[in-house]
Amino acid sequence: MSVGVGVNLENLWIRFGDFVAVRNANVNINGGDFFSFLGPSGCGKTTILRAVSGFLDPSEGRVLIGGNDMAGIGPNKRPTALIFQNLALFPLMKVWENITFSMEVKGASTAERRKRADELLDMIALEGQGDKLPSELSGGQKQRVAIARALCAEPDVLLLDEPLSALDLKLRQHMRTELREIQQRVGITFIYITHDQGEALTMSDNVAVMRAGVIDQIGTGHEVYDRPATPFVASFVGENNVFRGKVHEISGTQALLETNRTGLLRAEITPAAIGKLNVGDDAMMFVRPEALAPVGATVPEDKTVIPATVLNEEFEGNSYSVFLEGAGGKEIKMSLPNLGQDPEASKGSELSLTYDARNAVVMPAGELASE
Amino acid sequence: MSKPRPFSQFFRNNGKVMGSIMLFLVLFWIVVLILLPQLSMLDFSFRHNLPPSEVGGPKDVYTLDNYKFLLFGAEGSDSRFNTVDLQVFVRTIIAAIAVTILDLILCYPLAYYLGQSKGKGITRLLVVMLIIPYWINEILRAFALRIIFGDAGLINDVLLLLNLIQEPIDFIRADVALYAGLGYAYILLMLFPMYNVIESLDRNQIEAARDMGASWIRIHRRIVIPHAKPGIASGMTMVFMLSAGALAAPQILGGPSSLWFTQLVYQWFNDSLNWQQGAAYAIVLLVSSIVIVLTFMKIFKVNMGDIGK
Ligand SMILES: Nc1ncnc2c1ncn2[C@@H]1O[C@H](COP(=O)(O)OP(=O)(O)OP(=O)(O)O)[C@@H](O)[C@H]1O
Ligand SMILES: [Mg+2]
Repeated sequence: MSVGVGVNLENLWIRFGDFVAVRNANVNINGGDFFSFLGPSGCGKTTILRAVSGFLDPSEGRVLIGGNDMAGIGPNKRPTALIFQNLALFPLMKVWENITFSMEVKGASTAERRKRADELLDMIALEGQGDKLPSELSGGQKQRVAIARALCAEPDVLLLDEPLSALDLKLRQHMRTELREIQQRVGITFIYITHDQGEALTMSDNVAVMRAGVIDQIGTGHEVYDRPATPFVASFVGENNVFRGKVHEISGTQALLETNRTGLLRAEITPAAIGKLNVGDDAMMFVRPEALAPVGATVPEDKTVIPATVLNEEFEGNSYSVFLEGAGGKEIKMSLPNLGQDPEASKGSELSLTYDARNAVVMPAGELASE
Repeated sequence: MSKPRPFSQFFRNNGKVMGSIMLFLVLFWIVVLILLPQLSMLDFSFRHNLPPSEVGGPKDVYTLDNYKFLLFGAEGSDSRFNTVDLQVFVRTIIAAIAVTILDLILCYPLAYYLGQSKGKGITRLLVVMLIIPYWINEILRAFALRIIFGDAGLINDVLLLLNLIQEPIDFIRADVALYAGLGYAYILLMLFPMYNVIESLDRNQIEAARDMGASWIRIHRRIVIPHAKPGIASGMTMVFMLSAGALAAPQILGGPSSLWFTQLVYQWFNDSLNWQQGAAYAIVLLVSSIVIVLTFMKIFKVNMGDIGK
């Protein structure tokens, strides 16, 4: 794979009047990476992408592409291609004209453009559909045309603004794989925006999780999922059970959380919070539904036990979701793999739940993702 | 596969009663207010101008004389063609085309700005400011322009004051006032259809083109203008038709030597009391205008249906 062109955001601030859309973003994206910005609607993802593509000037800070400061360089002069949230195909141009518009701009002949369009149409598995109008294509096909059109410009960096959000689930999953394949084939840097965490986790080398203009964490999918830096990331990415309390004891990389209702809970201190958590601090402990399990006859002595009552059980195909009520009405969700037999967590039955402290994280208390 | 059935669709959308009423009103409008008067004009144009006593008599037969007159002039005149009237006709058509193009050039940037600018509040204010002058009636506006363009008018005064000219310019004789008046009279009919279509253009398309390196000229040529074509066509059609058929502005703002074709029509109806001849002139103007519009639409590949958008 060729070494692609990297993108750096340095102390980037973007304001609209008094409103701060992006607050001091610092991001290093390696050349050839598939990098995602993940965050809820309105958190400033599109705004960042517009600053990278040059449609928006940063209020402060710098955007570097391939090490070069992009200040004062217009979108038509940057080595980026943007795929818009709504694709923005040109409805009055045929598919092949759409795809090769960037060549038309450079003055390429029709024959050259036709040839290139055919190559790209092959790549996106739309052979022979070049003479259609965009309106004659399906959603997924339009999607692929938009990708081909952006790739035709041979950008060093491809920017994608939630390009899959308009597609239905099946197609979205299919396009995820396809996008990842295309990225690996062409070897250029992809910056991908989404509010769908599944998308971000499956496709990306690295993910930046954003909250209201602030980047809370940058890391691999694993890091973001297993070792969230903030309560927001822990609750936004995937599902999590949250327990609030005060730090009772710190031992090595683990802490013991004293909760009001559930007693003492042990968990790994998330790397971002190491050294920041002191005894007596307000803290939050997160444990994923799939990290919980009912204890058998004997309880391993180093494991915490959470007593709970089963409220409901849902069959999800590959797993069962069990909804429980802990002490004091605390809602808990547990996910059990479907191993061919019913987990027998019938309604009303009492269970003791446990988890491995290495699969739970504790961090200073903070804002959760609202849902 | 069933064929689309616009009428049953129309009735389903509007209900039987409302649908019938709407259909009836539109038909009534077309037949009684448009078709019948025009048909009687058409009928007029093929008849002799007879004294009332002979109407319906043996001399009251269909004839092409009125049309012949426009082409060849009075029988026994020295020139082969009716050069005077034909020249007026051609000049009117050319001038109307010029006015249309003038309005197009003025309106396109404005429509683009209004349609694509982000500050909607300011846009609305601008639109209102454009509409308000139209509350003033046409005659008053024309006379006001005449005063402004007159020998001692505002424009000459300013130019003289700035020492840009030594003698006042006769804007009226040079037809500047006429073009300005006509251009101004119908400019909103050009602006609004264009503004509407340009406003409906997804801004991301412009940005996508820009992202791919397109210059502003190319963006307008390839993205904005093709999208705006129906609006441009509808605006141009209206401005052209209305300026070719205008009467007040040419009457008031035209130079002494420049007759507008409608003025000839008016003279036939009003001064010569020859409605038959006047009707023939008017029909020629109408049919030529339609033919010109259709020809341009054909050349620029605009569908009739697009204009209603
Ligand atoms: N031109 C603008 N003027 C004022 N505020 C703006 C402008 N553009 C964006 N904003 C604000 O900045 C914030 C971030 O917007 P942005 O479009 O980046 O969100 P997003 O993360 O892409 O959301 P979504 O997932 O819904 O697309 C929003 O609160 C939005 O209202
Ligand atoms: Mg967005």
